[in-house]
Amino acid sequence: MAFLSYLINGLGLGSVYAIIALGYTMVYGIAKMLNFAHGDIIMIGAYAAFFALNAFHLPLLVAVLFSVAVCTVLGVLVERLAYKPLRQATSLSVLITAIGVSYFLQNSAQLLWSSATKVFPSVISGGALNLGGVSVSYLTLITVLVCIVVMTCLTLFINRTKTGSAMRACSEDKGAATLMGINVNRIISITFAIGSGLAAIAAVLLCATYPSVYPTLGSMPGIKAFTAAVFGGIGSVPGAFLGGLLLGVIEILAKAYISTQLSDAIVFTVLIIVLLIKPTGLLGRKISEKV
Amino acid sequence: MTFNKLMKGMLAAATVFTMVACGGSSAPASGSDSSSAASGGNTAIKIGGSGPLTGGAAVYGNAVKNAAEIAVEEINAKGGLQFELNFQDDAHDTEKAVTAYGALKDWGMQASILTVTSAPGAAVAPLYSEDGIFAITPSGSSLAVIYKDAANQTGSYGNIFQMCFTDPNQGTASADYLAAHKDLGSKIAVIYKNDENYSTGIRDKFVNQAAEVGLDIVYEGTFDDSNATDFSVQLTQAKENGADIVFLPIYYDPASLILKQADSMGYAPTFFGVDGMDGILSLEGFDKSLAEGVYLLTPFSADASDDLTANFVTKYKEKFGETPNQFAADAYDAIYAIAMACENAGVTADMSTADITAALVSQFGSMTFNGLTGSDVTWAATGEVSKAPKAIIIKDGVYVGVQD
Amino acid sequence: MKKNIFASMFDQKHRSRTVTYLIVIVSYIVLEILMKTGNLSSLFTSLLVPVCAYIVAAIGLNLNVGFSGELNLGQAGFMSVGAFTGICVSGALGGLIPNTVVRLLASLIAGALMAAVFGYLIGVPVLKLQGDYLAIVTLAFGQIIKSVITNIYLGFDGTGFHMSFVDNKVKLEPGGKMLLNGPMGATGTDRIATFTVGVLLILAALVIVYNLIYSRSGRAIMAARDNRIAAESIGISVSKTKMLAFVVSASLAGAAGALFGLNYSTLLPNKFDFNMSILVLVYVVLGGLGNMTGTVTATVILVLLPELLRSLQDYRMLIYAVILISIMLISNNENMKVTAERLKKKLSRKNLKEAGNE
Repeated sequence: MAFLSYLINGLGLGSVYAIIALGYTMVYGIAKMLNFAHGDIIMIGAYAAFFALNAFHLPLLVAVLFSVAVCTVLGVLVERLAYKPLRQATSLSVLITAIGVSYFLQNSAQLLWSSATKVFPSVISGGALNLGGVSVSYLTLITVLVCIVVMTCLTLFINRTKTGSAMRACSEDKGAATLMGINVNRIISITFAIGSGLAAIAAVLLCATYPSVYPTLGSMPGIKAFTAAVFGGIGSVPGAFLGGLLLGVIEILAKAYISTQLSDAIVFTVLIIVLLIKPTGLLGRKISEKV
Repeated sequence: MTFNKLMKGMLAAATVFTMVACGGSSAPASGSDSSSAASGGNTAIKIGGSGPLTGGAAVYGNAVKNAAEIAVEEINAKGGLQFELNFQDDAHDTEKAVTAYGALKDWGMQASILTVTSAPGAAVAPLYSEDGIFAITPSGSSLAVIYKDAANQTGSYGNIFQMCFTDPNQGTASADYLAAHKDLGSKIAVIYKNDENYSTGIRDKFVNQAAEVGLDIVYEGTFDDSNATDFSVQLTQAKENGADIVFLPIYYDPASLILKQADSMGYAPTFFGVDGMDGILSLEGFDKSLAEGVYLLTPFSADASDDLTANFVTKYKEKFGETPNQFAADAYDAIYAIAMACENAGVTADMSTADITAALVSQFGSMTFNGLTGSDVTWAATGEVSKAPKAIIIKDGVYVGVQD
Repeated sequence: MKKNIFASMFDQKHRSRTVTYLIVIVSYIVLEILMKTGNLSSLFTSLLVPVCAYIVAAIGLNLNVGFSGELNLGQAGFMSVGAFTGICVSGALGGLIPNTVVRLLASLIAGALMAAVFGYLIGVPVLKLQGDYLAIVTLAFGQIIKSVITNIYLGFDGTGFHMSFVDNKVKLEPGGKMLLNGPMGATGTDRIATFTVGVLLILAALVIVYNLIYSRSGRAIMAARDNRIAAESIGISVSKTKMLAFVVSASLAGAAGALFGLNYSTLLPNKFDFNMSILVLVYVVLGGLGNMTGTVTATVILVLLPELLRSLQDYRMLIYAVILISIMLISNNENMKVTAERLKKKLSRKNLKEAGNE
């Protein structure tokens, strides 16, 4: 029985990783950059939702929308101001800039809202569903459900809409996409907007389960979700989903059955083994190199 | 020609030297005088200190800095003895703490409140000892702060004191309390943070003492900095092992997460904390009903009704808009303890550092101090403090003293 | 004859390294004089050894990122291996070798060797990958090393060494010494690192790296970096040399870590986290890929920057972030690049004229 409850907790945690990983993977797929500031967008999203709920007393859904709006605007703003001028620069310059943005957001949050932890209000009333002896909290259920919905919508959006196919085109070949009349800059902005909006949803889910809001909140989930994105094959949307869920489950099971202290080491060892067997991740596409 | 590259190199080197030279000369002047003395010049005794003002542990550093500022302002307002405080950022990092120590030394620090956290404290303690500067840490509770060889408890520095309990004291006191109050429960789970001196220190002593007084520890779970959000595994295992008391020798931030997650999985043991748990009720947005019935052994509680506490809490809230926690209280006491020792020994700012240190060390060895965190507080020559922790229970969202 | 040596030091092939050596040596002499005459503040004195350690680690990383073209996000892991090896060796030899300089050198060498072993073991899988995936695997190894060192308990007493993993089961006889205490790291370390040894380490690192770069295999690495397939098609096999570069980079990080570790009485395994790897990477990128002079200068400036911003208190890390972003934006700005090119041309024309006049 304990095994099942660990598994369900792992799926809950994994769902949050998956939504964050979607942000990493989309940005990587289209802009070919590792956006290390993504974790800090989550942190801003958490603060936005916190203030919406606690200070303005907005209903939950409105608060989520407010947080999504804040993150979307922030994501686009960061892209315009910090990343767009670097379109032609080396990927390393972009990486360092992303790290700079990450420091900037963390320190701004600390100056604006102090470093003291704020406790995220209980948005989904406690209580658990009893499934044949295993209790599953509603919170976990909702987290997993939201993750599946988000994932489905995103897949439909990318495969069925015009903007979606433009995004796929940009990820294949930016030059050719431009020739076909696609505004690449606009597509990249849209990608950042969607990724950051998802970060806000992830922030609310993360804080509903782990209700601490503080300036460095996004760092650890950020690194883990990034690992999840690579695990599933960076650039692949279903890959991020799969990677996120697996990572969450592996982390919880490793803690439960091997050692709480070594869970990180185990997660990363699994990542390395996967990459050695399948160098582009579980669902990643093979990259062929031209001379 | 080589001229071009050579020129570039020279330029680079020149930049570096200008920076070194500028920095060197301006560092003392640019010290952050967070609360400058009322009457500047030579009359104020320079008190240094460092703590995390940025980064993950910033909440503790800021609490200490704020409270120390209040204490210094109050002392200066009385006239007579004057203090000047310079509190530097060390980001809870040993390397940066050593650099901060350098900055404080350049500024001309004469006495110090050392560091806020333990590991940086252990890193700068030998430097304070070598330079012979008196220091009392408000909250660096590890033995490594006051002993050169903490494992064998030998070679105490002599000029470094603690305002807070040492970790072992808290562990022993908690085990004794639980042994004397068997009605709270008999099967104990311990969840502690294994990469923190504070937490492991208390845990080690608690486990040793528990064996001696015959407590039954059924489960021990750990977490660290990178895994401080999800406690479902530890709580599930504590529950599976039938623990009815969960001992939490940790700070209130992770403790609030543990309470919340235990609640959502329907696990309701008695939670038992130590001084780090104090402050949990003042977390912004915290659902106080989660902490109902939590026990803690702590020297300070912001809800105490005595004048000293009331005055301090009011001032702190007015100035910083937050309820002070145990770190703040210890910092306030540390400054007042230095002030008391200075007054007793007649220390003045124009004395040499060596004389000041000698005078303060001898005072701390003999004086009895009354403050926020305890009355009749005394210090051993090794630097350890002796004060009595109070058992407190959270009832209806407030801290209430437990009557024995 | 003398003139010839001087000329050869500044010829096309050698001038950049000569300049780097000169900068390091001149800086050392000036700083030593400042220190001996008491003109260097305590703050900057306390920064000397860590700066040396960061420079050596950054030189090593530049060999990876700049020359092999491999983004390594786990340099802190190798520093950690070196640091804790160095601390253990120094702690264990404390009674045997009272001379601190000899003990420091032994510790540095031990740290470098141990990191080299780890570099080789990790290099085998890592170098099979390419691009961002390689970067991520180095990140993963960095995390694993941190996690493993966090769980090692090592002590020694009259009866020898005692070690345990995950749970602390080490029971020492009275008078025994705990070298590594799990997540609490090493405490009570003798602070034997000195600035002079640090500078010597920088010079040694430069000699090693320059000799590797300007060797035949070094040119092969650069060819493979610029275009792997093209290089392979003309028969350049680079795997061995790439491994050599990776191992050298790791061992330099190890030596740097040992120097760093022996400068503090307390060192936590947490210190060498992902942020530390990034920090060193920032030094390398801002200094210029493949540019050792740049690495040295950028490291010094970036270590000093937060200290110079100390007076800004709470705002200093914010300003640091803004400066970091601005540098990246300005240095990649097209207009700036054009202006810089023009300036360069002007200068070189002037130089040519001067050379013609001579």
